[in-house]
Amino acid sequence: MGVEPGRLSFSWISSAESTKFVEVVKDVTATVKALGPNNNFKKAADKVA
Amino acid sequence: MLGYIDKIREISKRLLDEGRVDMVIGFRKGTMPMMNEPSFVKNSGEVSRLVWDSNCGINLANYLTDRKEKIGVIAKGCDSRNIVTHLLENKIKRDNLVIIGVPCKGMIDRRRITAMFDAEVREVNEEGDTVTVKGAGFEKKLKKSDLLQENCSTCVHRNPVLYDELAAPLVEEQKDIDRYADVRRIEAMSPQEKWQYFEDLIAPCIRCYACRNACPLCYCPTCFVDESRPQWVGKSQDETDIRTFHFLRAYHCAGRCTDCGACERACPVGIKVRQFTSKLNKDCLDMFGWEAGVLPDERPPLDTFKPGDPGDFIK
Repeated sequence: MGVEPGRLSFSWISSAESTKFVEVVKDVTATVKALGPNNNFKKAADKVA
Repeated sequence: MLGYIDKIREISKRLLDEGRVDMVIGFRKGTMPMMNEPSFVKNSGEVSRLVWDSNCGINLANYLTDRKEKIGVIAKGCDSRNIVTHLLENKIKRDNLVIIGVPCKGMIDRRRITAMFDAEVREVNEEGDTVTVKGAGFEKKLKKSDLLQENCSTCVHRNPVLYDELAAPLVEEQKDIDRYADVRRIEAMSPQEKWQYFEDLIAPCIRCYACRNACPLCYCPTCFVDESRPQWVGKSQDETDIRTFHFLRAYHCAGRCTDCGACERACPVGIKVRQFTSKLNKDCLDMFGWEAGVLPDERPPLDTFKPGDPGDFIK
């Protein structure tokens, strides 16, 4: 429906896999930063009552 | 299809007389053409009220939710699939139901007919495959197959999947139908195009929730849009709120939607609401080989786990 690929991620990470967690978080934040801010679901200020 | 009515009345009368059901849920003639409405018949003297033609598109499974009485219900292919879904979700008991199956050859899309004429359509009659439309100063004969609701023209479950009585012989199912041409067209778009497509699609929405109310799947005591603690969705006409409503409603129907078209039929502004659910139906079929309401004793893919479930999206 038009949400960019990469905006949403899924991962299985066990509580024992701290290194994987760090990797995934770095990866995800990098991808999302590259996509820029997501304004699609943000209300325009003048419309917020 | 018209010939079914004598049989439907006969079965309904018998069920009521024998005391096997407290009421029969069927259709009666609406006050406007092409707008048959649900009718609850509680004694056998009233069965003559029941009608059957190609304007019975409303999904009657919607009126069964949490009912405690013994009910005879008239069910087309899609209604019967929603009854199966209701049974799986414990919204009704099988013992309380007598399902009067009606093999269906598709329902008429009243919007197609009204769009064809400038003047008001005052009378619509059908005989066999011919539909006669009358209004002030015009009369035209049309072919029923050109007037079907979109979901009916691509339907592959015309016969009820579950029934106790049958009002007519089973009809031949449509084969070699491309059910998801629309979905594939949208899938091929870029994210920006998709976004714009859905923006335009829901632009006329007035948030009347008719699509939700017509849907047999939407039976939550408090819908997420009505909830105020916490308030998931704003109540405004802001695009963000409208979008959230449509996206979430569609997802609540994932793996449950039978493509009965009740939502699209109910929409007062003619939004093609099925564009959302069709994609989910296609995904369920592609990924899990699942069609909602077809198998009475198998759990739906989204409330069970199987080792072979696709997991490619998980990194």
